[in-house]
Amino acid sequence: MLSIKNIHANIDGKQILKGINLEIKAGEVHAIMGPNGSGKSTLSSVLAGREEYEVTEGEVKFLGKDLLSLPAEDRAREGLFLAFQYPVEIPGVSTTNFIKAAVNEKRKYLGQDPLDAVSFLKMMKEKMAMVEINQSLLSRSINEGFSGGEKKRNEVFQMAMLEPKLAILDETDSGLDIDALRIVANGINKLRSSDRAILLITHYQRLLDYIQPDFVHVLYKGKIVKSGTKELALELEERGYDFITEAADMANL
Amino acid sequence: MLQWRLKAFAHWLKLEEPKWPNVTYPPINYQDIIYYAAPKKKEQLNSLDEVDPELLLTFDKLGISLNEQKRLTGVAVDVVMDSVSIATSFKEQLSEIGVIFCSISEAIQKHPELVKKYLGSVVPMTDNYFSALNSAVFTDGSFCYIPKGVRCPMELSTYFRINAENSGQFERTLIIAEEESYVSYLEGCTAPMRDENQLHAAVVELVAMRKAEIKYSTVQNWYPGDKEGKGGIYNFVTKRGICAGDHAKISWTQVETGSAVTWKYPSVILKGDYSIGEFYSVAFTNNYQQADTGTKMIHLGKNTRSRIVAKGISAGKSQNSYRGLVRAGKGALNARNFSQCDSLLLGDQCGAHTFPYIEVKNKTAIIEHEATTSKIGEDQLFYCKQRGIDAETAVAMIVNGFAKEVMNQLPMEFAIEAQKLLAISMEGSVG
Repeated sequence: MLSIKNIHANIDGKQILKGINLEIKAGEVHAIMGPNGSGKSTLSSVLAGREEYEVTEGEVKFLGKDLLSLPAEDRAREGLFLAFQYPVEIPGVSTTNFIKAAVNEKRKYLGQDPLDAVSFLKMMKEKMAMVEINQSLLSRSINEGFSGGEKKRNEVFQMAMLEPKLAILDETDSGLDIDALRIVANGINKLRSSDRAILLITHYQRLLDYIQPDFVHVLYKGKIVKSGTKELALELEERGYDFITEAADMANL
Repeated sequence: MLQWRLKAFAHWLKLEEPKWPNVTYPPINYQDIIYYAAPKKKEQLNSLDEVDPELLLTFDKLGISLNEQKRLTGVAVDVVMDSVSIATSFKEQLSEIGVIFCSISEAIQKHPELVKKYLGSVVPMTDNYFSALNSAVFTDGSFCYIPKGVRCPMELSTYFRINAENSGQFERTLIIAEEESYVSYLEGCTAPMRDENQLHAAVVELVAMRKAEIKYSTVQNWYPGDKEGKGGIYNFVTKRGICAGDHAKISWTQVETGSAVTWKYPSVILKGDYSIGEFYSVAFTNNYQQADTGTKMIHLGKNTRSRIVAKGISAGKSQNSYRGLVRAGKGALNARNFSQCDSLLLGDQCGAHTFPYIEVKNKTAIIEHEATTSKIGEDQLFYCKQRGIDAETAVAMIVNGFAKEVMNQLPMEFAIEAQKLLAISMEGSVG
């Protein structure tokens, strides 16, 4: 589904990603871990199409298409979803209307008729139950005055509504208390399916207690320095990143 | 009437054109203006079917079919086209409950006592340069009288449209709401494309007696000039209402998207005790448009309250200013005002300015002023794009969200029209 080959990316002339390679197949859950500043969020921004990042080398195929040649909105319409680490507030735009616009823009792109109000509401009701979010939140302006937990839950709700092929969850666990984390993780687990891939970006292992990944990768200084299964995450939890980063630094000497 | 006009003209000759607004435009040659332009059609029109199809087309583009609206929504429309009212509907139905809704020229003929008593009572002919000019040469406009205790059952609406080339339009509107009455009045404006600048200097006067309420809504989308700033309407309007009796209420709502230059301050004189004045405004400027708009809330009576919500949106190379005065007089005990002025900038070549004036002459008054200036953030745009919403749609959504508080004040069908207008005006402003 997603094939990343030798991606190098800069921001403001500073090189952050220095040759990333990653293959993700439908139905798989991958976790990318790594210390702060290793390039985790840059990777998600590059995949989603943030313009400030300049890709200097490499290519990305998404469902057979050249992802990097598509504008951000078309990547989304093709089925790439990014749950933001810091969801943005848009005053005066209700969450419901925002999501409706998003759903219908995607349908238009795919040549489908827009959802009528009744079908949309029905879909909302179903997904609301799935991710344990309540109506009152959805009639408020998007993310405005939401607590950290509400923002993250709203991201997962949007993911449920947009039914992406590939969901990238950027530090979705950050800033959540244990109850909020459990609810958010439950929501994500319900969205796992055989035709959907999930890329979890996280600093801590604790999210992986709730969402079991198939593969774990460690990102360090803009490169994936180690890949493994979920046991790797547990090892990281126990020993810290040092044992990997030191080895990587040694290898680079 | 002639004497009144001549007096106004004599006064106008003594005045100088004001220079204080934050706008620039080439000098106007007042001799070049055609002060009275009747439609080119010869005979008097008897029904809406005879109205210029182009006018109906303009309505259609905005989603307002006059016929449909007449039939479906029960809006009474008085169309002023090139200074003469063409069609007035629902007049009979209104007259049954004593509401007078007609052109001001008809009112001068049929209700001289009312016109004489109130015309110029809120905006004296000597008030300012443009009101003096209007008083001297006004050709037509609307007149509205709501008798005591009557709640006007429908929204009264006038569409103004400047049509003939080089014709200044000087309409005059007078609305009188007697004790315990209520009226909602809609004013919408459209103008087709013209190369030369046209002058529009209207005067609107509102009088609300004890416990009366007047709600006045405007959607103005006159020709703003082209992308290079050529042509467009000069909109220099004086609008003022007086809460003459206790517990009276006047509410102005305006959505201004058109005109090359706008200079307009719908105001309320809060004379009666416990009276309320409100001003809700969205002003959108694009390309080379200039808007200097705001309000005046003059608190004279005790326990008077006013609320100002002004939202300015600037794009292109436009300049958008809010200018407002809140004054609490010596006798205005416990006067209360809340003002909020927000500016939103699209791009980096436009300007937003706020000029609040506050004059308080007694210690019991409480005046609050809040202001914000923001830009549509890259983060907001990216968030929308990541959800599959392209930049143009995203900006329209964000702008409408920004203006929502004001839009909510508009009657339903007007609000939809105003939203469409904002979207049309913004076309091409995202780059």
